[in-house]
Amino acid sequence: MAKPAVLTHPESLKRPAGPSEYAKDPVNAKMTKAEKVELYTKMARIRHFEQRCIRVYQQGKIGGFLHLYVGQEAVAAGTISLLGKHDHVITGYRDHGHALMVGMGMNECMAELTGKVTGCSKGKGGSMHYFAPDKNFWGGHGIVGGQAPLGTGLAYAVKYLGRKGSCLCYMGDGAVNQGAVHEAYNLAALWDLPVIFVIENNGYSMGTSQERSTAHPGCLAKRAEGYGMAWDVVNGHDVYEVRARTAVALKRAHEESKPTVLEIFTYRYYGHSMADPDKTYRDKEEIKEYREQKDPVLLFEKELIAEKTLTPEKAKAINEAAMEEADAAAKFADESPDPTLADVTKDIYWEEDNRGPDTSSRGTIIFE
Amino acid sequence: MAVMTYREALRAAMREELRRDENVVLMGEEVAQFNGAYKVTEGLLKEFGPKRVVDTPISEAGFIGLGIGASMLGIRPVMELMFWSFSYVAFDQIVNNAGNIRYMSGGLINCPIVIRGPANGGTNVGATHSHTPEAILASHPGIKVVCPATPYDAKGLMKAAIRDNDPVYVMENTILYNDKGEVPEDDYVVPLGVADVKRQGEDLTIVAHGRAVITSLKAAEILEAEHGVSVEVVDLRSIRPLDEETVLASVRKTHRVLLVEENKPFCGVDAQIAYLIQSRAFDELDAPIHRVSSVDAPQIYCKRLEDQQIPNPARVVAEALKVLA
Repeated sequence: MAKPAVLTHPESLKRPAGPSEYAKDPVNAKMTKAEKVELYTKMARIRHFEQRCIRVYQQGKIGGFLHLYVGQEAVAAGTISLLGKHDHVITGYRDHGHALMVGMGMNECMAELTGKVTGCSKGKGGSMHYFAPDKNFWGGHGIVGGQAPLGTGLAYAVKYLGRKGSCLCYMGDGAVNQGAVHEAYNLAALWDLPVIFVIENNGYSMGTSQERSTAHPGCLAKRAEGYGMAWDVVNGHDVYEVRARTAVALKRAHEESKPTVLEIFTYRYYGHSMADPDKTYRDKEEIKEYREQKDPVLLFEKELIAEKTLTPEKAKAINEAAMEEADAAAKFADESPDPTLADVTKDIYWEEDNRGPDTSSRGTIIFE
Repeated sequence: MAVMTYREALRAAMREELRRDENVVLMGEEVAQFNGAYKVTEGLLKEFGPKRVVDTPISEAGFIGLGIGASMLGIRPVMELMFWSFSYVAFDQIVNNAGNIRYMSGGLINCPIVIRGPANGGTNVGATHSHTPEAILASHPGIKVVCPATPYDAKGLMKAAIRDNDPVYVMENTILYNDKGEVPEDDYVVPLGVADVKRQGEDLTIVAHGRAVITSLKAAEILEAEHGVSVEVVDLRSIRPLDEETVLASVRKTHRVLLVEENKPFCGVDAQIAYLIQSRAFDELDAPIHRVSSVDAPQIYCKRLEDQQIPNPARVVAEALKVLA
């Protein structure tokens, strides 16, 4: 039986990249020049932070896994730039871009990668497990799709507490085949929860292409129909488009308390993680084509220069400043101390760290 | 003091905590309209309405994960698993997410969730519905596990669990749901991590938890009546945190120890208790420690054999006599 060949792609992706059709969309038109430059700056900061991470990893200072976000910047930047006080963010393990977008600093992020006590999780979480609850950022989750029920729960709490907010729950295209994601979809739709499931579709679940992993490929967002949920497909190389289409979903969450599945088409330039030699499952030409023609940072830079919001000189300065900031972060991480052996058994139980008269528990809680 | 069943005691705890804190929510399969598969939550929907008492689809990974996410924002969900055996399809949520979130966030995130439901064999339902996962779960730092054996403890531990700022997993027992006992009607908690000497004795210490406590108390009566042996029964009540001192004090008093649990023996809770005693009270022992656990096989369906597979008073008496020999 022939496989269905219909791909549900955003219209703008079917044409060569050019000026954004979404520049005049109200959410973009209302941005001041300063806000646009700030958005560009944030994308550049993600890019340079990640590029700097590669060097730190190659120096052997970052352990385990390092999943880079380079190429996907417009997704986190576009979506998170729209969020307000009661909007929450949760994602999978490719979480550096989201972390920087919600306002986490390069220093704490870099120090976490090198396992230092000055890291955002005191060196206890690592690359895949960044958190900043004070910034409504709930991780950073290592198990594919495991964050989908949590994100749905955050949206449930927002609704329970009577707040006009939402949860943006990000996942990769590989996550859509996990059972937990489908269970989360069902609950979100059944209970009208203000959650937006953002599928960052970079084409590969680790080294397995969509065609080899997913029945009915090209229609990941459309699975929402099975749950009666709204869905949309978005060109993730164009930050204006990401903002415009996410705004629709956000309005649906805020005003109708309804969930949405957004499939945002994007691309990662590096392997699944630094442990992936990236030689077996895709063509170098493919990567080159994306870098040259669809790079989200360069496209936005061109856009802003064309609309005279930015000059090439200013763009250069922004990039240089981001590189310097990333260098400083690497230095900060280098110079920071490790956690101590005593720290290993802290932050496990609330009461262990908050012993007081009102502590309800007794007994041994951490064992030798 | 009122006399009520274990089931009613659990319900009283939840009712009181629902009244006490508007962020407490009960959630689970059949907990609301159906009044609970085992009627533990009976009447609570009527009293508190559908915002506080919520029926979920059969979707454990989904709704348990949802509860964990909601708890991070300050909701205190009390999630019913129809059986703890069903937790296995939600293992990633229960262990990886609830158990690790505080640690991986460097202590920034609380996860004040309670997951409760029966965790027992002995009900003639076969292996898939008869798991006792307290040892598996308690082996993960970040998680707390309690196993009430009496109505008094059921209410007190449930209330402590709901007020706790960490994930607390309450293992109930369907066979105990109709057991009656005295339960104060006022507000009290049984702190997590405090064992209880359910029977004083001089010659032998039995350490047990959950329904094995009831089995051990029956065995203690037989041992006293038929063999003239004075048995002390220590109810752990809480697996993690663990009240090591109460166990050790009893060992120092009787110098002989029998460990009884409804788990399978391999990597069971009592393996840890045996280690504790030998490491801290080795010189107090007058005889090797013995154990009575469920026979090491998947739970058998046949009722006549299942009653012998899990610890019963006869098996406990026989093993106790070996320790005393």
